[in-house]
Amino acid sequence: MAETQTDAAGTAPAKEPRDVAELSRAVEALIFVADEPISTKLLAEVLEEDRELIVSVVEELVASYEDRSGGLQIREIAGGWQISTRTECHEDVRRLLKTRPSAKLSLASLETLAVIAYKQPVTVPEILEIRGVQSASAIKTLLEKRLIITKGHKETVGRPMQYGTSKEFLIHFGLKDLADLPSIEDFEDIAGSIG
Amino acid sequence: MQSELEQYTFDFHSETAEIVAESHDELKIKLGEFAGPLDLLLYLIRQEQANIFDIPIATITDEYLKYIRLMKRLDISVAADFLVMAATLIEIKSKMLLPRDPLAVEEEEMDDPRRELVDRLLEYEKFKAAAEMLYEKTTIEQAVFPRGKIESDDNNAEVSATVFDLLTVFEKILARHKEEVTMEIHREEISLADMIRSLRDRIFAAGELNIVDFFAELHTRRELVTAFVAVLEIVRTESVKLMQRKTFGDIILKKVQEQSG
Repeated sequence: MAETQTDAAGTAPAKEPRDVAELSRAVEALIFVADEPISTKLLAEVLEEDRELIVSVVEELVASYEDRSGGLQIREIAGGWQISTRTECHEDVRRLLKTRPSAKLSLASLETLAVIAYKQPVTVPEILEIRGVQSASAIKTLLEKRLIITKGHKETVGRPMQYGTSKEFLIHFGLKDLADLPSIEDFEDIAGSIG
Repeated sequence: MQSELEQYTFDFHSETAEIVAESHDELKIKLGEFAGPLDLLLYLIRQEQANIFDIPIATITDEYLKYIRLMKRLDISVAADFLVMAATLIEIKSKMLLPRDPLAVEEEEMDDPRRELVDRLLEYEKFKAAAEMLYEKTTIEQAVFPRGKIESDDNNAEVSATVFDLLTVFEKILARHKEEVTMEIHREEISLADMIRSLRDRIFAAGELNIVDFFAELHTRRELVTAFVAVLEIVRTESVKLMQRKTFGDIILKKVQEQSG
C-alpha cells in the first residue's frame, strides 16, 4: 500500500519559546489531566516542543515531587507519565473511596501470566510445557482482564495462537515497559536454593 | 497405611495448598489449589528437605501418589496433568531400578533418568518465583491511586478493543438479523478477498469506520460472516486497529497512523 502520509508530528516550530517554568507548569497539567499515562512523545506534540526538552522538564518535575514528599508522585509506567498517590496514603484514600483491594489473580493465573510475560509471544502448548498443567481457564481470565492479548498465529503445525502481554499489564503492575521486569535469570538463584 | 487417610484434615477455603507432614507416615493435608503437578512436586521435595539435584525418587513418588489417591477419595477430579506426572515419576522410578547396560557405560555417562524432570522443575521454579514477584507488584499497585475519573475521560479515551469485544458486537448483530424476515432470491456471492478490499478502501478513504454501521449494511448471514472474517483479517495485517471511544462503546476500525520518529 503506497500511502502518502501527512506528518502531524513534524518539525513544526513553536511560535514563541516558553521558559522552563512555564513549560513545567504545562507538563504537570497535562500529566494530571491525561486519563492514561501520557508519553513524552505526546507531551512534545501537544506542547510543540523538543522531546529532549520535555524529558528534562519531566525529570525535574519528578524530582520536585520527590523533594516535596507530599501525597502525590509522578511515575513512569507503560511508556508514559502518571500522577498518582503515594502508597503511604493508601489506607486513607481507601477510606474515602470506600473501596477494598480488588480480587487478586489466582496462583494459576499469575503463573500463566509470568510465563507469558517472559516468553512472549508464546503459545498454549509452550505454556503447558513450562507449567506442566493446562492453562486454558487462566488464559481466559487473563484475556478477560485484558492483561494479555493475542499476537497472531505461530507459523508452525496447527498455527497455534500466540499470546503476549498488553499495555494494561504494564499499568496493572506499575511497569515502565517489559524491560522493567527483573530478568528471569535473576530467579535462578532462588530456584536453585532448595534443599 | 491406608487407614490413616481418614485422619487428614481439610480446608477447602485456604488460599494455598499445604501439606503438613507431622511424621513420616502421617500426612496432614490442607487442600487448596496447587498450581499444577510441578508445584506439588516441588512442595513434596521441599517437605522432604531433599536436594533437587538428587531427588529421592521412590519416596517422592510415593508421597505424590498418596496425594493423588486422596484427591480421588474425596471425589475431586484429578486433572489429567497430575496423572501424567504420576506416570512420569513411576517411569523414572522403574528406570532407576534397572541395572545399567554394561555395554553402554563406556560410551557416555548414562543419563540420569531424573535429569529431564530436574530441568523442568528448575525452569518451572523460575516462573513460580516470577509469579510471586508479580503478586507483590499488584499488592503495591493496589496502594497507588491515579486521579479519579473526570467527564472528559469518556469522551476522549480511545480504548483499544479486543477480538472479544468484536465477537460480542457480531453476536448482537447476528441476533438482530435473526428477527428480520428476509427473502433471498438470488445468491450474491462476495468473496473474502473482495470483502477485504472494499473494507480496506472504505477505512482508508475515511480514516475510520464504525463497525456497527458496516455490519448493518449487510443482509445475509453469509455476507456477515464474510465481513466478520474480513475484519479479523484486516486487523491482523496490522494496517488497521480496533478502537472504542469509550468502554462498551461502538467499535471503530481505524487506520493506524504511521509512526513518525
